[in-house]
Amino acid sequence: MVVCIYLVVEWVTFSKESRDVLIKATKLTKKFGNFVAVDGIDFEVYRGDCVGFLGPNGAGKTTTVRMMYCFLPPTSGELTIACLSVHNKCREIKCIVGVAPQEDNLDLDFSVVKNLAVYARYFDISKDEALRRADEQLAFFQLQEKRDMPIMALSTGMKRRLIFARALLNKPQVLLLDEPTTGLDPQARHLVWDAVRQLKKLQVTIILTTHYMDEAEVLCDRIIIIDHGKIIEDGKPKELIKKHIGEDVLELDCDESLIPLLKQTFSDARIEKLGERMQVFTSKPHSVFEGFLQEHKIQNVTIRKANLEDVFLKLTGRDLRAND
Amino acid sequence: MTEVNIRKSPAKFSIPKISYRVWIVWRRNADVFMKTIGVNFLPSLLEPIIYLFAFGFGLGGFIPEINGSPYINFIAPALVAISLMNGAFFECTYGSFVRMYYQKTFDAIVATPISVEEVIAGELLWGATRGTINGTIVLTVIGISGFFVSQPLITSPLFLLIPVIAFFGGLMLSGIAMCFTAVAPSIDFFNYPFFLLITPMMFLSGTFFPLASLPETAQGLALAVLPLTHIVNLTRGTLTGSTETLFGLNIHALIPLSLIWIAIVTIAFFIISINLMKKRLTR
Repeated sequence: MVVCIYLVVEWVTFSKESRDVLIKATKLTKKFGNFVAVDGIDFEVYRGDCVGFLGPNGAGKTTTVRMMYCFLPPTSGELTIACLSVHNKCREIKCIVGVAPQEDNLDLDFSVVKNLAVYARYFDISKDEALRRADEQLAFFQLQEKRDMPIMALSTGMKRRLIFARALLNKPQVLLLDEPTTGLDPQARHLVWDAVRQLKKLQVTIILTTHYMDEAEVLCDRIIIIDHGKIIEDGKPKELIKKHIGEDVLELDCDESLIPLLKQTFSDARIEKLGERMQVFTSKPHSVFEGFLQEHKIQNVTIRKANLEDVFLKLTGRDLRAND
Repeated sequence: MTEVNIRKSPAKFSIPKISYRVWIVWRRNADVFMKTIGVNFLPSLLEPIIYLFAFGFGLGGFIPEINGSPYINFIAPALVAISLMNGAFFECTYGSFVRMYYQKTFDAIVATPISVEEVIAGELLWGATRGTINGTIVLTVIGISGFFVSQPLITSPLFLLIPVIAFFGGLMLSGIAMCFTAVAPSIDFFNYPFFLLITPMMFLSGTFFPLASLPETAQGLALAVLPLTHIVNLTRGTLTGSTETLFGLNIHALIPLSLIWIAIVTIAFFIISINLMKKRLTR
């Protein structure tokens, strides 16, 4: 009986702990002069979650990530990592955070392995331990062959992997990945995805920004969509797709005469024209789609699964943004 | 938690908070230096040899004795000062700017437990170290050259203090250099401090001719605003046991004056340059 109560108490505290809030933003704001990059956002990230920050260029993703490791001080509002405020506990925060920034800031004066060893030294990691961890990371990211090469000799993909490896040297509780797979070939991309999955198993909390919706969909437990410095949606990828798009999307050749028929079949249809093709978004179940196709013989028609990209484009629009 | 504190960006002017971590930044630069040590030593080794040869042997033949010694003995201590100045100033202008702007090395370091202030303090200490290395190399060169000229170029045991003088003189010039780096819009900007500050200092600080031969106003200006004047006072004082006499001040008054001048300016620019760089780097 006592043991049972003990176990229950343990379970309750454990499950509560496993969902504890590791990152918390309250009215977080960042202004550059008159430009409001991040506009009073609130969010919480639980320990062990992988949260994707999505948004068009210049939406405020990178600025938010940069505030998380004290690179940029917030203009107002509060941001805490493991209950440490970015306003006054930067050193402590940076000890437990690993950062893979968007831009390449590897140390051009050193070789690949020396880059990792010197970076580990910034964390007060002893020389032997630094080299051990460096070689461990090089092996995992398949960079052993480049161990003693200068940075100049690396391809873009190798540099991205090295930056990722470097972010893990201090065994971080929180990992910030700012566009980790931009410019990578599919092989290297899957290597990065594997790394993210393994780190999730180790209960590392991951913040990821990306422009690849498939990446966000497979890796992230939660998605936060930002536009113009504000959070416009926050939820699990599957739930967001279901909420905003439905299960399936019908794609067919552009033909104005079909629109009344489509509207009639799918009462809530939202029809979008994209060049030569039309997309029909509706919350109707799969069976309605199948029935429609059997009833009307239409050329070049496909039913595809709704995805995160549909959600993203619906929420942020199709206009092109200036690069940030 | 409903109440949210509104705080201003922490870019206010303050005394830098630094820890032992400045040495980790220093070691990064020292590691790079050691990697390319051959290339680094050569200019600081050759430069004083060329000066001694051209000015000491060449020009010196046409110049009567200064303060009872050959011309080469007058310029030797100044070469130590010029070399340490160049070493420190170059490191904290071009060197620091490349690391900050092109290589984004500072951005990488501040993502670790090291703060912006510590990065800049580490850079300044490294600039001082480059000054020390240069000063010590030149000291060795003129020590050896002394065997080949009529009078030894080093005549006082106080020459052992040269590395210490070079370090603090280097730290002073690093601080001044870092202020230019903090406001430099591009790397071409450094032409200004080099042509408007370093080159005039190199010739107008009692280096290649006694300051006393300039008009009194120029002497006063050199003493008041040119850091190199004070470094030259110290190197000449320690290497030869004598200095010029300026405004009736002999070695016993000039040395303390220069020590105090350097101490004040070093501390001031150490604090100012770190604050300016912090302002530039935290937006």
